[in-house]
Amino acid sequence: MESTSLIAETASRLLSHHCDPQTLNRSAGEAWQGPVWAALEAAGLPLAWVPEQLGGAGVSLEDGFALLSLAGRYAVSLPLAETLLAGWLLARGEISPPPGMLTCAPTRRGDKLRLAREGTLSGQLRAVPFAKVAKHLAVLAEREDGKGDAIALIELAKARVADGRSIAGEALNWVSLEAVRPIVARDAPEGVAAESLLAMGAAARAMQMSGALAAVLDIAVAYANERVAFERPIAKFQAVQHNLARLAGEAAAAMAAAGSAANAIASVGAAPLGRAPLAGRNFDDALLLEVAAAKIRVGEAAGVGAGIAHQVLGAIGFTREHVLHRFTQRLWAWRDDFDNESVWAVRLGTLIAARGSEALWPLLASR
Amino acid sequence: MSSALAFDAIRLPPECDRLREEVRAFLAEEITAGSYDPQEPGNDHGFSPAFSRKVGAKGWIGMTWPKRYGGHERSFLERYVVTEEFRVANAPVRLHFVADRQSGPVLLKYADERIKQDVLPRICRGEVCFAIGMSEPGSGSDLFAASTRASKSKGGWLINGTKVWTSNAHHADYLIGLFRTAPASKDNRRHGLTQFLVDMKTPGITINPIYQMTGQHDFNEVVFQDAFMPDDHVLGEVDGAWKQATSELAYERSGPERFLETFYVLQELVRVLGANPDVRGAEGLGRLVAQVHALRRMSVSVAGMLHAGKEPVVEAAIVKDVGTIWEQALPHRARELAAFIEEGASNRASFEEQLRFATLIAPKLTIQGGTTEILRGIIARGLGLR
Repeated sequence: MESTSLIAETASRLLSHHCDPQTLNRSAGEAWQGPVWAALEAAGLPLAWVPEQLGGAGVSLEDGFALLSLAGRYAVSLPLAETLLAGWLLARGEISPPPGMLTCAPTRRGDKLRLAREGTLSGQLRAVPFAKVAKHLAVLAEREDGKGDAIALIELAKARVADGRSIAGEALNWVSLEAVRPIVARDAPEGVAAESLLAMGAAARAMQMSGALAAVLDIAVAYANERVAFERPIAKFQAVQHNLARLAGEAAAAMAAAGSAANAIASVGAAPLGRAPLAGRNFDDALLLEVAAAKIRVGEAAGVGAGIAHQVLGAIGFTREHVLHRFTQRLWAWRDDFDNESVWAVRLGTLIAARGSEALWPLLASR
Repeated sequence: MSSALAFDAIRLPPECDRLREEVRAFLAEEITAGSYDPQEPGNDHGFSPAFSRKVGAKGWIGMTWPKRYGGHERSFLERYVVTEEFRVANAPVRLHFVADRQSGPVLLKYADERIKQDVLPRICRGEVCFAIGMSEPGSGSDLFAASTRASKSKGGWLINGTKVWTSNAHHADYLIGLFRTAPASKDNRRHGLTQFLVDMKTPGITINPIYQMTGQHDFNEVVFQDAFMPDDHVLGEVDGAWKQATSELAYERSGPERFLETFYVLQELVRVLGANPDVRGAEGLGRLVAQVHALRRMSVSVAGMLHAGKEPVVEAAIVKDVGTIWEQALPHRARELAAFIEEGASNRASFEEQLRFATLIAPKLTIQGGTTEILRGIIARGLGLR
């Protein structure tokens, strides 16, 4: 999906300049984050999915997903995906996003926020990425008056944000809201519901992960060609070659599944998993297949692929000094965001079972 | 490098939707008429002259070939749709499948004009069956070790030696064989082999069955004793077959038949788990469906690249590697997932029968047409490791 669009070129230039994994790996602390974020913001990347009239860059869904794959290739440890998703959600409610780092919720199936009649929000949110770092949170909430869902913008200072870090060491926080008055709340348009945000988030993570897997493959291949053991590069050993071929297969499956899901969402536009206007093709189920399959298959590839890369790199890959962990730790962490493989698999398996055996092949072949 | 790996999100064009409906209607009609039983993937009906002739009459053999040879000049993507629908429906395509996928394209590229005009239209009509004569007792994956000799004789060549594991040889009208016409040279061990079109009615050819562990007869040993091949049956360059072998492989490796061979097990699993599976059944099913969807998206992506004139050799090898491992593991996974189903499940008997068959044929899936080890070598070369 890495098109040669303007946004991809800009992102590529900025990320290679500011987010070189080797350089960031040597930087102590998180002081580098401020200036890098400012550069990304100046280029309009974090609010890429927000239309221009709401203060964003108005980039297509497809180009935004390509940007996320690229961010994965650099293992960018900033809330770029989260801000993109929050911007996308707020824009669905015609809300102009504030500047700065944003995040969004719910990120787990079953988490619910309620918007009370008097206009305040309450509820518990598990595992919100970067909540401790971001200033604002974009949410989907159920209206207590039963009139559907609402999209709201919240100042995180008004919420209780627990300490917590992901396996990659990034902020990952349980957030609890008790009668918090949002900055603004609007009705969600037809077709945007909790499942829409989960689907967008899952596709976004799948793109980041497929990018990270491509980087991991490059790192492992380069290392195997450099590292000499028993008087030849370890790339010449068949056992190593076959492991790397398997890693390439996993990276390939991840690319195909993630790219397909992103393309499917982009082609229905702004209302994934809602009542998308594609009569006669049963697009809701097809889109669920695409998104669920991407999160499941990419998650599986992440587990297998990271394991192979570590095996190929041996002890050096296990050090803080080497960049490999920047990718593998994020691959492990991202598997859990916006629901993990198991949760999506139960969702998909339940759907397939309910549709029945005869409907399986027609659904697969419709993609 | 992986940056060069490409699996773009390619969708089949709208003309494929119409064709798919047509193919499904045809298959439904054939099943209703009793011309084959889709619930019996393991039966001997895989070989059906009547069915292949009907498929030929529909214009679904040689779909991409020039009209002057009986072909239909349709797109590679349209052929893809026909292949996958036939595969999923367990249609009996054994007679024409190899000719359509592999042998025809080789003839188109390398055969003498008179042979093309004679043989290709008959392939397109579903009348002729092809076999592939590559492996020998002393050469399997290592094709270039072939030692069956073709010695120059007046007006042609005399073949002596033995080919093994030759699928369909007992049905085949023709075989495309790889024979040694000269010793390997010092600087190129692949030199000295030549491809021939072999008419199976040629005197001096003996076909001996080799029964498989499933009890089926598919393999054969083909013995050549002074079998005479006329000069115009040489395909391409004498001693230079190694230059001709590789370009068709991307088509052969990335097709839907490389991950759908045991698909009926997944369909039966859905049936046996029922409309409301427990969480274990649902998760297992969801993962399998996600995996096969990803494989199909990879395979369609490669088809799209081939259609666009690219040569995704590594991507194609990856599809076959990941796909055959998946279809091989599928019956074992289905067995685990079905361990707790109710005794009374309505299709339990047919599930178990299909599971048994798929389990028995599973070992061959990662051997035929290029073993896992060979494929991973190709992928490793593509990654720049060798």
